[in-house]
Amino acid sequence: MRETDIAVIGAGPAGLAAALACGESGATTLLVDFMDAPGGQLIKQTHKFFGSERQFAGTRGIQIPDIIMDQLSKMPNVALMWGTNASGYYADSGVLTLEDGARFIKAKAKRVIIATGAAEKPLAFENNDLPGVYGAGAVQTLMNVHGVKPGDRVLMVGSGNIGLIVSYQLIQAHVEVVALVEAAGRIGGYLVHAAKLRRAGVPILTSHTVVRALGEETVRAAVVAEVDQSWQVKPGSEREVACDVICLAVGLTPLVDMMWQAGCEMKYVPALGGHVPVRDENMRASNPAVYVAGDAGGVEEASSAMISGEIAGISAARSLGFEVKEADARLAQLKADLAAIRSGPTGEKICAGIKCATVCGGEW
Amino acid sequence: MLRDIEKNGIVKWEDVQASRGCPGEGRAKKGPVAVIECLQEIPCNPCETGCRFGAITVGDPITNLPVLDEEKCTGCGTCVAVCPGLAIFIEDESKDGPEAMVSVPYEYMPVPERGAEVRATDRSGQVICDAKVVNVRKPKGFNKTAVVTLAVPREYVHVARGIAIQ
Repeated sequence: MRETDIAVIGAGPAGLAAALACGESGATTLLVDFMDAPGGQLIKQTHKFFGSERQFAGTRGIQIPDIIMDQLSKMPNVALMWGTNASGYYADSGVLTLEDGARFIKAKAKRVIIATGAAEKPLAFENNDLPGVYGAGAVQTLMNVHGVKPGDRVLMVGSGNIGLIVSYQLIQAHVEVVALVEAAGRIGGYLVHAAKLRRAGVPILTSHTVVRALGEETVRAAVVAEVDQSWQVKPGSEREVACDVICLAVGLTPLVDMMWQAGCEMKYVPALGGHVPVRDENMRASNPAVYVAGDAGGVEEASSAMISGEIAGISAARSLGFEVKEADARLAQLKADLAAIRSGPTGEKICAGIKCATVCGGEW
Repeated sequence: MLRDIEKNGIVKWEDVQASRGCPGEGRAKKGPVAVIECLQEIPCNPCETGCRFGAITVGDPITNLPVLDEEKCTGCGTCVAVCPGLAIFIEDESKDGPEAMVSVPYEYMPVPERGAEVRATDRSGQVICDAKVVNVRKPKGFNKTAVVTLAVPREYVHVARGIAIQ
Protein backbone atom coordinates (compact mmCIF):
# COMPACT_ATOMS: atom_id res chain seq x y z
CA MET A 1 0.00 0.00 0.00
CA ARG A 2 1.17 3.45 -0.92
CA GLU A 3 1.64 5.83 2.02
CA THR A 4 1.64 9.61 2.16
CA ASP A 5 1.35 12.31 4.78
CA ILE A 6 -1.31 14.21 2.89
CA ALA A 7 -3.50 13.28 -0.05
CA VAL A 8 -5.15 16.06 -2.05
CA ILE A 9 -8.16 14.95 -4.06
CA GLY A 10 -8.73 17.17 -7.06
CA ALA A 11 -6.19 19.34 -8.91
CA GLY A 12 -8.37 22.35 -9.68
CA PRO A 13 -7.57 25.79 -8.27
CA ALA A 14 -8.20 24.69 -4.67
CA GLY A 15 -6.31 21.39 -4.92
CA LEU A 16 -3.33 22.92 -6.69
CA ALA A 17 -3.03 25.67 -4.07
CA ALA A 18 -3.43 23.10 -1.27
CA ALA A 19 -0.80 20.76 -2.72
CA LEU A 20 1.62 23.66 -3.13
CA ALA A 21 1.29 24.61 0.54
CA CYS A 22 1.68 20.97 1.62
CA GLY A 23 4.67 20.52 -0.65
CA GLU A 24 6.38 23.62 0.74
CA SER A 25 6.04 22.23 4.26
CA GLY A 26 8.00 19.10 3.37
CA ALA A 27 5.07 16.74 3.92
CA THR A 28 4.85 13.89 1.45
CA THR A 29 1.92 14.86 -0.70
CA LEU A 30 -0.10 12.92 -3.23
CA LEU A 31 -2.18 15.02 -5.64
CA VAL A 32 -4.83 13.07 -7.53
CA ASP A 33 -7.16 14.12 -10.33
CA PHE A 34 -9.43 12.12 -12.61
CA MET A 35 -8.58 14.29 -15.61
CA ASP A 36 -5.47 13.64 -17.67
CA ALA A 37 -4.02 17.05 -16.86
CA PRO A 38 -4.20 19.36 -13.84
CA GLY A 39 -6.24 22.55 -13.60
CA GLY A 40 -9.85 21.46 -13.13
CA GLN A 41 -12.11 24.22 -14.36
CA LEU A 42 -9.12 26.51 -14.93
CA ILE A 43 -8.30 24.77 -18.21
CA LYS A 44 -11.35 26.33 -19.85
CA GLN A 45 -11.30 29.73 -18.18
CA THR A 46 -9.93 31.93 -20.92
CA HIS A 47 -10.96 35.16 -19.18
CA LYS A 48 -8.82 37.31 -16.92
CA PHE A 49 -9.29 36.76 -13.21
CA PHE A 50 -10.66 39.28 -10.76
CA GLY A 51 -9.40 39.71 -7.21
CA SER A 52 -5.95 40.97 -6.31
CA GLU A 53 -2.47 40.02 -7.52
CA ARG A 54 -2.18 37.40 -4.77
CA GLN A 55 -5.05 35.54 -6.47
CA PHE A 56 -3.58 35.97 -9.96
CA ALA A 57 -5.83 38.91 -10.86
CA GLY A 58 -5.35 39.88 -14.49
CA THR A 59 -4.00 36.42 -15.32
CA ARG A 60 -6.21 34.24 -17.49
CA GLY A 61 -7.47 31.08 -15.77
CA ILE A 62 -5.88 28.86 -18.41
CA GLN A 63 -2.46 30.31 -17.55
CA ILE A 64 -2.63 29.48 -13.84
CA PRO A 65 -2.13 25.67 -13.84
CA ASP A 66 1.26 26.05 -15.57
CA ILE A 67 2.38 28.65 -13.05
CA ILE A 68 1.55 26.38 -10.09
CA MET A 69 2.69 23.15 -11.78
CA ASP A 70 6.04 24.75 -12.49
CA GLN A 71 6.57 24.97 -8.72
CA LEU A 72 4.93 21.65 -7.82
CA SER A 73 6.92 19.63 -10.32
CA LYS A 74 10.16 20.76 -8.66
CA MET A 75 9.12 19.33 -5.29
CA PRO A 76 10.45 15.80 -4.79
CA ASN A 77 8.00 15.20 -1.93
CA VAL A 78 4.96 15.81 -4.15
CA ALA A 79 3.61 12.93 -6.24
CA LEU A 80 1.15 13.59 -9.04
CA MET A 81 -1.42 11.12 -10.33
CA TRP A 82 -3.56 12.18 -13.27
CA GLY A 83 -6.28 10.12 -14.94
CA THR A 84 -6.94 8.66 -11.52
CA ASN A 85 -10.31 8.47 -9.83
CA ALA A 86 -10.48 8.68 -6.06
CA SER A 87 -13.30 6.20 -5.63
CA GLY A 88 -13.50 5.77 -1.88
CA TYR A 89 -12.25 6.82 1.52
CA TYR A 90 -12.26 4.57 4.55
CA ALA A 91 -12.41 6.84 7.56
CA ASP A 92 -11.46 4.17 10.11
CA SER A 93 -8.08 3.47 8.50
CA GLY A 94 -7.44 6.60 6.43
CA VAL A 95 -7.22 4.46 3.29
CA LEU A 96 -8.14 5.93 -0.08
CA THR A 97 -8.99 3.75 -3.03
CA LEU A 98 -7.85 5.03 -6.39
CA GLU A 99 -8.25 3.63 -9.87
CA ASP A 100 -6.43 4.80 -12.96
CA GLY A 101 -8.35 2.81 -15.56
CA ALA A 102 -5.92 -0.10 -15.41
CA ARG A 103 -5.05 -0.51 -11.74
CA PHE A 104 -6.82 -0.36 -8.43
CA ILE A 105 -4.55 1.39 -5.93
CA LYS A 106 -4.75 1.76 -2.19
CA ALA A 107 -3.16 4.78 -0.53
CA LYS A 108 -2.99 5.48 3.16
CA ALA A 109 -2.96 9.16 4.06
CA LYS A 110 -2.67 10.80 7.47
CA ARG A 111 -4.63 13.79 6.20
CA VAL A 112 -6.93 14.15 3.22
CA ILE A 113 -7.75 17.47 1.59
CA ILE A 114 -10.92 17.14 -0.43
CA ALA A 115 -10.99 19.59 -3.32
CA THR A 116 -13.42 17.83 -5.61
CA GLY A 117 -15.19 20.94 -6.84
CA ALA A 118 -18.84 21.09 -7.83
CA ALA A 119 -21.29 19.73 -10.39
CA GLU A 120 -23.76 21.64 -12.50
CA LYS A 121 -27.40 21.73 -11.54
CA PRO A 122 -29.94 20.79 -14.20
CA LEU A 123 -33.17 22.65 -14.93
CA ALA A 124 -36.54 20.99 -15.37
CA PHE A 125 -38.47 22.03 -18.49
CA GLU A 126 -40.31 20.25 -21.26
CA ASN A 127 -37.99 18.43 -23.70
CA ASN A 128 -34.87 19.16 -21.68
CA ASP A 129 -33.51 15.79 -22.83
CA LEU A 130 -33.30 16.86 -26.48
CA PRO A 131 -29.78 16.85 -27.94
CA GLY A 132 -28.70 20.48 -28.00
CA VAL A 133 -29.53 21.10 -24.34
CA TYR A 134 -26.15 21.45 -22.64
CA GLY A 135 -24.69 22.43 -19.31
CA ALA A 136 -22.50 25.52 -19.54
CA GLY A 137 -19.51 23.51 -18.35
CA ALA A 138 -19.92 21.12 -21.27
CA VAL A 139 -20.16 23.98 -23.74
CA GLN A 140 -17.01 25.51 -22.28
CA THR A 141 -15.18 22.19 -22.44
CA LEU A 142 -16.19 21.59 -26.05
CA MET A 143 -15.12 25.07 -27.13
CA ASN A 144 -12.11 25.90 -25.04
CA VAL A 145 -10.57 22.47 -24.46
CA HIS A 146 -11.46 20.59 -27.64
CA GLY A 147 -12.04 23.43 -30.10
CA VAL A 148 -15.48 22.14 -31.03
CA LYS A 149 -18.27 24.58 -31.81
CA PRO A 150 -21.32 23.46 -29.80
CA GLY A 151 -23.79 25.00 -32.26
CA ASP A 152 -24.56 28.15 -34.20
CA ARG A 153 -27.27 29.89 -32.18
CA VAL A 154 -27.30 29.62 -28.41
CA LEU A 155 -29.92 30.54 -25.85
CA MET A 156 -28.15 30.98 -22.51
CA VAL A 157 -30.11 30.28 -19.34
CA GLY A 158 -28.80 31.90 -16.15
CA SER A 159 -27.04 35.20 -15.49
CA GLY A 160 -24.52 34.18 -12.85
CA ASN A 161 -20.88 34.69 -13.73
CA ILE A 162 -20.74 31.34 -15.53
CA GLY A 163 -23.68 32.17 -17.81
CA LEU A 164 -22.25 35.61 -18.53
CA ILE A 165 -18.69 34.43 -19.13
CA VAL A 166 -19.59 31.41 -21.25
CA SER A 167 -21.83 33.65 -23.39
CA TYR A 168 -18.89 35.98 -23.95
CA GLN A 169 -16.64 33.06 -24.86
CA LEU A 170 -19.26 31.77 -27.31
CA ILE A 171 -19.21 35.15 -29.07
CA GLN A 172 -15.42 35.00 -29.11
CA ALA A 173 -15.79 31.63 -30.87
CA HIS A 174 -18.06 33.32 -33.44
CA VAL A 175 -21.19 31.61 -32.13
CA GLU A 176 -24.31 33.75 -31.96
CA VAL A 177 -25.87 34.13 -28.50
CA VAL A 178 -29.50 34.94 -29.32
CA ALA A 179 -30.38 35.94 -25.76
CA LEU A 180 -29.62 35.30 -22.13
CA VAL A 181 -32.61 34.61 -19.90
CA GLU A 182 -32.63 34.93 -16.12
CA ALA A 183 -35.62 33.98 -13.99
CA ALA A 184 -34.71 36.38 -11.19
CA GLY A 185 -35.49 40.05 -11.54
CA ARG A 186 -31.84 41.04 -11.55
CA ILE A 187 -28.58 39.92 -13.11
CA GLY A 188 -26.81 37.49 -10.77
CA GLY A 189 -23.18 37.82 -11.86
CA TYR A 190 -20.82 40.77 -12.16
CA LEU A 191 -22.36 43.71 -14.00
CA VAL A 192 -19.12 44.33 -15.89
CA HIS A 193 -19.52 40.87 -17.50
CA ALA A 194 -23.14 41.69 -18.35
CA ALA A 195 -22.14 45.07 -19.81
CA LYS A 196 -19.56 43.31 -22.00
CA LEU A 197 -22.27 41.02 -23.38
CA ARG A 198 -24.59 43.92 -23.98
CA ARG A 199 -21.92 45.77 -25.93
CA ALA A 200 -21.74 42.67 -28.14
CA GLY A 201 -25.47 43.05 -28.72
CA VAL A 202 -26.77 40.15 -26.62
CA PRO A 203 -30.19 40.86 -25.09
CA ILE A 204 -30.33 40.05 -21.37
CA LEU A 205 -33.88 39.19 -20.35
CA THR A 206 -34.34 39.19 -16.57
CA SER A 207 -37.61 37.79 -15.16
CA HIS A 208 -37.62 35.32 -18.08
CA THR A 209 -37.20 31.57 -18.21
CA VAL A 210 -37.13 28.75 -20.73
CA VAL A 211 -40.45 26.89 -20.79
CA ARG A 212 -39.75 24.17 -23.33
CA ALA A 213 -37.38 23.07 -26.03
CA LEU A 214 -38.78 22.52 -29.52
CA GLY A 215 -37.46 20.07 -32.10
CA GLU A 216 -37.72 16.45 -33.18
CA GLU A 217 -34.17 15.08 -33.33
CA THR A 218 -32.35 18.09 -31.89
CA VAL A 219 -33.20 21.53 -30.55
CA ARG A 220 -34.51 23.92 -33.22
CA ALA A 221 -36.01 26.54 -30.93
CA ALA A 222 -36.82 27.37 -27.34
CA VAL A 223 -39.99 28.80 -25.89
CA VAL A 224 -39.19 31.53 -23.41
CA ALA A 225 -41.63 33.39 -21.20
CA GLU A 226 -41.75 36.12 -18.61
CA VAL A 227 -42.15 35.07 -14.98
CA ASP A 228 -43.70 36.98 -12.12
CA GLN A 229 -42.22 37.49 -8.67
CA SER A 230 -43.39 34.06 -7.51
CA TRP A 231 -41.64 32.47 -10.51
CA GLN A 232 -44.91 31.70 -12.33
CA VAL A 233 -45.05 32.07 -16.09
CA LYS A 234 -47.13 35.09 -17.07
CA PRO A 235 -49.94 33.87 -19.36
CA GLY A 236 -49.57 35.07 -22.93
CA SER A 237 -45.89 35.97 -22.55
CA GLU A 238 -44.57 32.83 -24.24
CA ARG A 239 -42.60 33.28 -27.43
CA GLU A 240 -40.42 31.17 -29.64
CA VAL A 241 -36.70 31.86 -30.05
CA ALA A 242 -34.86 30.05 -32.84
CA CYS A 243 -31.71 28.34 -31.55
CA ASP A 244 -29.87 25.04 -31.83
CA VAL A 245 -28.33 25.09 -28.35
CA ILE A 246 -29.95 25.74 -24.99
CA CYS A 247 -27.13 26.24 -22.53
CA LEU A 248 -27.91 25.86 -18.82
CA ALA A 249 -25.92 27.90 -16.32
CA VAL A 250 -28.26 27.67 -13.38
CA GLY A 251 -25.86 26.99 -10.56
CA LEU A 252 -23.57 24.38 -9.11
CA THR A 253 -23.75 21.98 -6.22
CA PRO A 254 -20.67 20.89 -4.19
CA LEU A 255 -19.30 17.39 -4.87
CA VAL A 256 -19.20 16.04 -1.34
CA ASP A 257 -19.47 12.24 -1.69
CA MET A 258 -16.09 11.65 -0.05
CA MET A 259 -17.01 13.83 2.87
CA TRP A 260 -20.12 11.73 3.48
CA GLN A 261 -17.92 8.62 3.30
CA ALA A 262 -15.52 10.19 5.79
CA GLY A 263 -18.36 10.60 8.24
CA CYS A 264 -18.02 14.38 8.28
CA GLU A 265 -20.78 16.40 9.84
CA MET A 266 -22.72 17.83 6.90
CA LYS A 267 -25.14 20.70 6.61
CA TYR A 268 -27.54 21.77 3.86
CA VAL A 269 -26.69 25.39 3.06
CA PRO A 270 -28.57 26.69 -0.01
CA ALA A 271 -26.35 29.80 -0.21
CA LEU A 272 -23.36 27.50 -0.78
CA GLY A 273 -25.12 25.29 -3.34
CA GLY A 274 -26.26 22.29 -1.29
CA HIS A 275 -24.79 19.95 1.31
CA VAL A 276 -21.39 21.03 2.60
CA PRO A 277 -19.16 19.82 5.43
CA VAL A 278 -19.19 21.83 8.62
CA ARG A 279 -15.66 23.19 8.95
CA ASP A 280 -13.52 25.35 11.19
CA GLU A 281 -11.73 28.50 10.06
CA ASN A 282 -8.77 26.41 8.91
CA MET A 283 -11.00 24.32 6.61
CA ARG A 284 -10.88 21.24 8.87
CA ALA A 285 -13.99 19.07 8.85
CA SER A 286 -15.47 17.34 11.90
CA ASN A 287 -13.32 14.30 11.04
CA PRO A 288 -9.92 15.66 12.14
CA ALA A 289 -8.12 13.89 9.29
CA VAL A 290 -10.23 15.61 6.65
CA TYR A 291 -9.94 19.12 5.25
CA VAL A 292 -12.09 20.70 2.56
CA ALA A 293 -11.04 23.29 -0.02
CA GLY A 294 -12.68 25.21 -2.83
CA ASP A 295 -16.15 24.65 -4.25
CA ALA A 296 -16.49 21.29 -2.46
CA GLY A 297 -16.96 23.38 0.68
CA GLY A 298 -19.35 25.85 -0.95
CA VAL A 299 -19.68 27.22 -4.48
CA GLU A 300 -17.70 30.43 -4.98
CA GLU A 301 -15.11 31.82 -7.39
CA ALA A 302 -11.79 30.24 -8.36
CA SER A 303 -9.93 33.01 -6.53
CA SER A 304 -11.53 32.11 -3.21
CA ALA A 305 -10.94 28.41 -4.00
CA MET A 306 -7.21 29.04 -4.28
CA ILE A 307 -7.21 30.85 -0.94
CA SER A 308 -9.18 28.18 0.91
CA GLY A 309 -6.91 25.56 -0.67
CA GLU A 310 -3.82 27.26 0.67
CA ILE A 311 -5.42 27.59 4.11
CA ALA A 312 -6.30 23.88 4.09
CA GLY A 313 -2.81 22.92 2.91
CA ILE A 314 -0.99 24.94 5.55
CA SER A 315 -3.34 23.74 8.29
CA ALA A 316 -3.14 20.06 7.34
CA ALA A 317 0.68 20.16 7.18
CA ARG A 318 0.88 21.92 10.51
CA SER A 319 -1.45 19.44 12.16
CA LEU A 320 1.15 16.77 11.35
CA GLY A 321 3.96 18.83 12.86
CA PHE A 322 5.48 20.10 9.62
CA GLU A 323 7.03 23.54 9.73
CA VAL A 324 5.35 26.03 7.49
CA LYS A 325 7.30 29.25 7.14
CA GLU A 326 5.49 32.17 8.74
CA ALA A 327 2.38 30.05 8.99
CA ASP A 328 0.51 32.33 11.36
CA ALA A 329 1.13 35.45 9.31
CA ARG A 330 0.23 33.64 6.10
CA LEU A 331 -2.98 32.23 7.53
CA ALA A 332 -3.96 35.65 8.84
CA GLN A 333 -3.28 37.21 5.42
CA LEU A 334 -5.24 34.48 3.61
CA LYS A 335 -8.21 34.85 5.93
CA ALA A 336 -8.12 38.62 5.46
CA ASP A 337 -7.98 38.12 1.68
CA LEU A 338 -11.01 35.80 1.84
CA ALA A 339 -12.93 38.30 3.95
CA ALA A 340 -12.04 41.06 1.46
CA ILE A 341 -13.13 39.02 -1.55
CA ARG A 342 -16.41 38.27 0.18
CA SER A 343 -17.03 41.86 1.27
CA GLY A 344 -19.48 44.14 -0.46
CA PRO A 345 -22.96 43.40 -1.76
CA THR A 346 -21.89 40.59 -4.14
CA GLY A 347 -20.45 38.62 -1.21
CA GLU A 348 -23.36 38.93 1.22
CA LYS A 349 -24.95 35.60 0.32
CA ILE A 350 -21.65 33.72 0.50
CA CYS A 351 -20.81 35.27 3.87
CA ALA A 352 -24.15 34.19 5.30
CA GLY A 353 -23.59 30.67 3.93
CA ILE A 354 -20.04 30.39 5.27
CA LYS A 355 -21.20 31.56 8.69
CA CYS A 356 -23.84 28.85 8.64
CA ALA A 357 -21.30 26.16 7.63
CA THR A 358 -18.57 27.16 10.09
CA VAL A 359 -18.45 25.47 13.46
CA CYS A 360 -19.56 27.68 16.31
CA GLY A 361 -16.69 29.87 17.50
CA GLY A 362 -14.58 29.00 14.44
CA GLU A 363 -12.79 26.08 16.11
CA TRP A 364 -13.61 22.43 16.79
CA MET B 1 -34.60 50.07 -6.00
CA LEU B 2 -33.05 48.08 -8.81
CA ARG B 3 -30.97 50.12 -11.17
CA ASP B 4 -31.64 49.54 -14.87
CA ILE B 5 -28.18 48.04 -15.35
CA GLU B 6 -29.05 45.28 -12.88
CA LYS B 7 -32.01 44.37 -15.06
CA ASN B 8 -30.65 44.76 -18.59
CA GLY B 9 -26.88 45.00 -18.25
CA ILE B 10 -26.68 48.34 -20.08
CA VAL B 11 -24.36 50.90 -18.50
CA LYS B 12 -25.89 54.36 -18.34
CA TRP B 13 -23.64 57.34 -19.00
CA GLU B 14 -25.34 59.32 -16.23
CA ASP B 15 -24.39 56.60 -13.74
CA VAL B 16 -20.79 56.66 -14.98
CA GLN B 17 -20.72 60.45 -14.68
CA ALA B 18 -22.00 60.24 -11.12
CA SER B 19 -19.25 57.78 -10.18
CA ARG B 20 -15.75 58.71 -9.01
CA GLY B 21 -14.18 56.76 -11.86
CA CYS B 22 -15.26 59.38 -14.37
CA PRO B 23 -13.14 62.41 -15.27
CA GLY B 24 -14.72 65.81 -15.03
CA GLU B 25 -16.35 67.65 -17.90
CA GLY B 26 -13.70 69.08 -20.19
CA ARG B 27 -10.80 66.91 -18.98
CA ALA B 28 -10.70 64.93 -22.25
CA LYS B 29 -10.34 68.18 -24.18
CA LYS B 30 -6.90 68.58 -22.61
CA GLY B 31 -5.76 65.08 -23.56
CA PRO B 32 -6.56 61.37 -23.31
CA VAL B 33 -8.07 60.21 -20.03
CA ALA B 34 -9.51 57.01 -18.58
CA VAL B 35 -13.25 56.62 -18.11
CA ILE B 36 -13.92 53.84 -15.61
CA GLU B 37 -17.36 52.27 -16.07
CA CYS B 38 -17.23 50.08 -12.97
CA LEU B 39 -20.45 50.58 -11.02
CA GLN B 40 -20.67 47.54 -8.76
CA GLU B 41 -18.58 46.77 -5.70
CA ILE B 42 -16.79 43.58 -6.73
CA PRO B 43 -13.48 42.26 -5.38
CA CYS B 44 -11.01 43.47 -7.97
CA ASN B 45 -8.05 45.87 -8.18
CA PRO B 46 -5.77 45.27 -11.21
CA CYS B 47 -6.62 48.80 -12.42
CA GLU B 48 -5.00 50.16 -9.27
CA THR B 49 -1.95 47.91 -9.30
CA GLY B 50 -1.55 48.20 -13.07
CA CYS B 51 -1.44 52.01 -13.18
CA ARG B 52 2.15 53.18 -12.91
CA PHE B 53 1.05 56.78 -12.42
CA GLY B 54 -0.99 56.01 -9.31
CA ALA B 55 -4.03 57.54 -10.97
CA ILE B 56 -6.52 54.89 -9.84
CA THR B 57 -7.27 54.05 -6.22
CA VAL B 58 -9.31 51.08 -5.01
CA GLY B 59 -7.73 50.70 -1.59
CA ASP B 60 -9.03 48.58 1.22
CA PRO B 61 -11.37 46.74 1.04
CA ILE B 62 -10.72 45.54 -2.47
CA THR B 63 -14.45 45.83 -3.23
CA ASN B 64 -14.29 49.64 -3.20
CA LEU B 65 -15.21 51.27 -6.48
CA PRO B 66 -12.17 52.69 -8.29
CA VAL B 67 -11.48 56.40 -7.93
CA LEU B 68 -9.77 58.22 -10.80
CA ASP B 69 -7.29 61.04 -10.28
CA GLU B 70 -7.71 62.84 -13.58
CA GLU B 71 -4.64 64.99 -13.00
CA LYS B 72 -2.36 61.96 -12.70
CA CYS B 73 -4.00 60.02 -15.53
CA THR B 74 -2.08 60.24 -18.81
CA GLY B 75 -4.58 58.20 -20.81
CA CYS B 76 -1.88 55.61 -21.51
CA GLY B 77 -4.48 52.83 -21.74
CA THR B 78 -2.81 50.21 -19.56
CA CYS B 79 -5.88 50.03 -17.32
CA VAL B 80 -8.06 49.42 -20.40
CA ALA B 81 -6.13 46.23 -21.04
CA VAL B 82 -5.68 45.03 -17.47
CA CYS B 83 -9.27 45.54 -16.26
CA PRO B 84 -10.65 41.95 -16.16
CA GLY B 85 -14.13 43.38 -16.59
CA LEU B 86 -13.21 45.26 -19.79
CA ALA B 87 -14.89 48.25 -18.18
CA ILE B 88 -12.37 51.04 -18.81
CA PHE B 89 -12.16 53.24 -21.90
CA ILE B 90 -10.02 56.18 -22.96
CA GLU B 91 -11.60 59.36 -24.27
CA ASP B 92 -9.58 62.01 -26.06
CA GLU B 93 -11.13 65.20 -27.40
CA SER B 94 -7.89 67.15 -27.59
CA LYS B 95 -7.32 66.96 -31.35
CA ASP B 96 -8.67 69.67 -33.60
CA GLY B 97 -11.24 68.62 -36.15
CA PRO B 98 -14.58 66.88 -36.19
CA GLU B 99 -13.40 63.67 -34.52
CA ALA B 100 -12.70 62.45 -31.03
CA MET B 101 -10.74 59.33 -30.08
CA VAL B 102 -12.17 56.49 -28.02
CA SER B 103 -10.02 53.52 -27.01
CA VAL B 104 -11.79 50.25 -26.25
CA PRO B 105 -10.62 46.84 -25.03
CA TYR B 106 -11.03 44.18 -27.71
CA GLU B 107 -10.82 40.39 -27.31
CA TYR B 108 -12.42 39.10 -30.50
CA MET B 109 -10.71 37.69 -33.57
CA PRO B 110 -9.64 39.05 -35.93
CA VAL B 111 -8.41 42.23 -34.26
CA PRO B 112 -9.03 45.10 -36.70
CA GLU B 113 -5.93 46.64 -38.17
CA ARG B 114 -4.83 50.23 -38.01
CA GLY B 115 -6.53 52.18 -40.75
CA ALA B 116 -9.51 49.82 -40.95
CA GLU B 117 -12.99 51.26 -41.40
CA VAL B 118 -15.30 49.73 -38.79
CA ARG B 119 -18.68 50.38 -37.26
CA ALA B 120 -18.75 51.64 -33.69
CA THR B 121 -21.39 50.36 -31.28
CA ASP B 122 -22.89 51.82 -28.15
CA ARG B 123 -23.27 50.17 -24.73
CA SER B 124 -26.20 48.09 -25.92
CA GLY B 125 -24.45 46.81 -29.03
CA GLN B 126 -26.33 49.08 -31.46
CA VAL B 127 -24.29 50.37 -34.37
CA ILE B 128 -24.08 54.14 -34.00
CA CYS B 129 -21.58 55.38 -36.56
CA ASP B 130 -18.72 54.56 -38.87
CA ALA B 131 -15.32 54.77 -37.24
CA LYS B 132 -11.72 54.55 -38.27
CA VAL B 133 -9.18 52.48 -36.39
CA VAL B 134 -6.33 54.87 -35.68
CA ASN B 135 -4.29 52.70 -33.36
CA VAL B 136 -4.10 49.09 -32.18
CA ARG B 137 -1.94 48.10 -29.25
CA LYS B 138 -1.42 44.53 -28.07
CA PRO B 139 1.93 44.30 -26.29
CA LYS B 140 2.70 41.18 -24.27
CA GLY B 141 1.89 42.93 -21.01
CA PHE B 142 -1.71 43.38 -22.13
CA ASN B 143 -2.04 39.58 -21.99
CA LYS B 144 -4.04 39.15 -25.20
CA THR B 145 -6.42 42.06 -24.68
CA ALA B 146 -5.97 44.52 -27.54
CA VAL B 147 -6.60 48.23 -27.01
CA VAL B 148 -8.14 49.64 -30.16
CA THR B 149 -8.39 53.39 -30.66
CA LEU B 150 -11.26 54.61 -32.80
CA ALA B 151 -11.80 57.99 -34.38
CA VAL B 152 -15.50 58.81 -34.07
CA PRO B 153 -17.56 61.95 -34.63
CA ARG B 154 -17.21 64.12 -31.53
CA GLU B 155 -20.81 63.75 -30.46
CA TYR B 156 -20.20 60.02 -29.89
CA VAL B 157 -17.24 60.32 -27.56
CA HIS B 158 -19.28 59.25 -24.52
CA VAL B 159 -21.35 56.78 -26.55
CA ALA B 160 -18.99 54.70 -28.70
CA ARG B 161 -17.90 51.73 -26.61
CA GLY B 162 -17.38 48.84 -28.99
CA ILE B 163 -16.80 47.65 -32.52
CA ALA B 164 -19.35 45.58 -34.43
CA ILE B 165 -17.79 42.12 -34.69
CA GLN B 166 -16.65 41.44 -38.23
